[in-house]
Amino acid sequence: MAKTDILDKKPGDAGIRKQIVLPFRKSLQISLQSLRVRFFRNCVTVMTLVLAVAFLAFVLISSDLATGILNSNMPGCRMMLSKAGFDLPEGATSVGSSAKDRWIVILSLLVCTVGIVNAQLMSVTERFREIGTMKCLGALDSFVLRLFLLEAAMQGLAGAILGGLLGGLGALLAGLLRFGLAAAMHMPLAQVLASLGLAALVGMALSLIGVFYPALVAARMQPVEAMRAEE
Amino acid sequence: MASSHTIVRVSGVTKTFRMGRHEVQALRGVDLEIKAGEYISIMGPSGSGKSTLFNMIGGLDKPTEGKVFIDEVDIAQLDAYELAWLRNRKIGYIFQTFNLIQVMTALENVTLPMTFGGMSQDDAVEKGIELLKLVGLEGRHNHKPQELSGGQQQRVAVARSLANSPAIILADEPTGNLDLSTGAEIIELLRVLSAERGVTIITATHDYKMLNVSDRVIWIVDGRIDRIENRADLDIQVGEIKREEARA
Ligand SMILES: Nc1ncnc2c1ncn2[C@@H]1O[C@H](COP(=O)(O)OP(=O)(O)O)[C@@H](O)[C@H]1O
Ligand SMILES: [Mg+2]
Repeated sequence: MAKTDILDKKPGDAGIRKQIVLPFRKSLQISLQSLRVRFFRNCVTVMTLVLAVAFLAFVLISSDLATGILNSNMPGCRMMLSKAGFDLPEGATSVGSSAKDRWIVILSLLVCTVGIVNAQLMSVTERFREIGTMKCLGALDSFVLRLFLLEAAMQGLAGAILGGLLGGLGALLAGLLRFGLAAAMHMPLAQVLASLGLAALVGMALSLIGVFYPALVAARMQPVEAMRAEE
Repeated sequence: MASSHTIVRVSGVTKTFRMGRHEVQALRGVDLEIKAGEYISIMGPSGSGKSTLFNMIGGLDKPTEGKVFIDEVDIAQLDAYELAWLRNRKIGYIFQTFNLIQVMTALENVTLPMTFGGMSQDDAVEKGIELLKLVGLEGRHNHKPQELSGGQQQRVAVARSLANSPAIILADEPTGNLDLSTGAEIIELLRVLSAERGVTIITATHDYKMLNVSDRVIWIVDGRIDRIENRADLDIQVGEIKREEARA
């Protein structure tokens, strides 16, 4: 047998680094596969995100619409707004959400964060063995982290899009009901889009934050620790 | 094997597990040399430290004291990349519980180490199919682990361990979860690999069927090497082993 050239390369040799890879396409494929296999549970996780994003989008866009009405200078617009329950100090040029609304949004986001962190923690811990196995096969810590972050990003994206749509449409509908067509006519489009974007971003961030810490811990484990941890 | 350089050297390795206030000494000073191409069985009762030693040799866990050299390189000196490279290219692992990735098909399990090793998708698929054929799993490429029997899963694991043509195959109780005849098939598979490809095979086991194919048997008792026997000695002592088997 020929002498095996095991580790002939000296430590620090750049050649070795290039030899362990996980192409992005392959990571994406593995992440999608994992998501598909646990489809039902992922739907539940995504629903939590959808609710958080929808609620946030609803509140933000509702006040955007109200601001639009206010700035339209229609006769009687101030009365319409205060009848609809918006706080309007004298001389205000934009309609903020009320303190109560803000509290409800913050609380709902907190509840969602806890839910998401919990869901992602479970999804990482139940896969310790898989993580350990991958590391035995030569996966770097960063591969493991990347796979989980990709999954979370895809969940976050789905949650953000669905939640944004749901919250945005809901706010528009509520606006039409309260103010009639004026709500649509005086809609500040740029602001509404910005609000949608913000809500979607928050949803995405929640998903990533939830997965980051457990995935980091799992990725850094010695392979045997990870494989044993589940038992 | 003609050249027979030392491929694995274990020197003064101890391993202590701390569990709260308790300390468990799983290994109490192991010295060992394994030559390239050897078929080694590490035998001993359960709890004697076989898996712990297996993990040390495979670079899957760190010894408390002592050193492990693979091809005379101290693996404690390797950084994360080099360690990953060692696990990916130079060592193939086989576990008692198969440890296939459940969400992947047989073929994807076998090709994953090749992907990590930088092989192109087409080449990996081609080699993966070839390896599955070698272990007798033609036509099962697209089966998920749950759709395969224990023996078939272990065959996939054997194929996966060969993915990057490693110099060493480490097998921790590869037959532990298999029935007698399936276990014998896996042992035969390992024997053929050792004979035809010159792969160094190190198994931890308490399966006496393994004795017939081993070049050397290392008996571990209570975290220490009790004795090392060559195949020649083994033939003489078969009677004694049979007696021990009867006692166990
Ligand atoms: N992670 C661990 N934590 C604590 N004790 C351990 C751990 N792993 C192994 N041990 C102990 O070390 C000893 C040897 O275990 P092991 O190497 O698994 O034996 P074998 O594989 O020969 O059955 C046992 O007493 C076991 O309880
Ligand atoms: Mg064991």
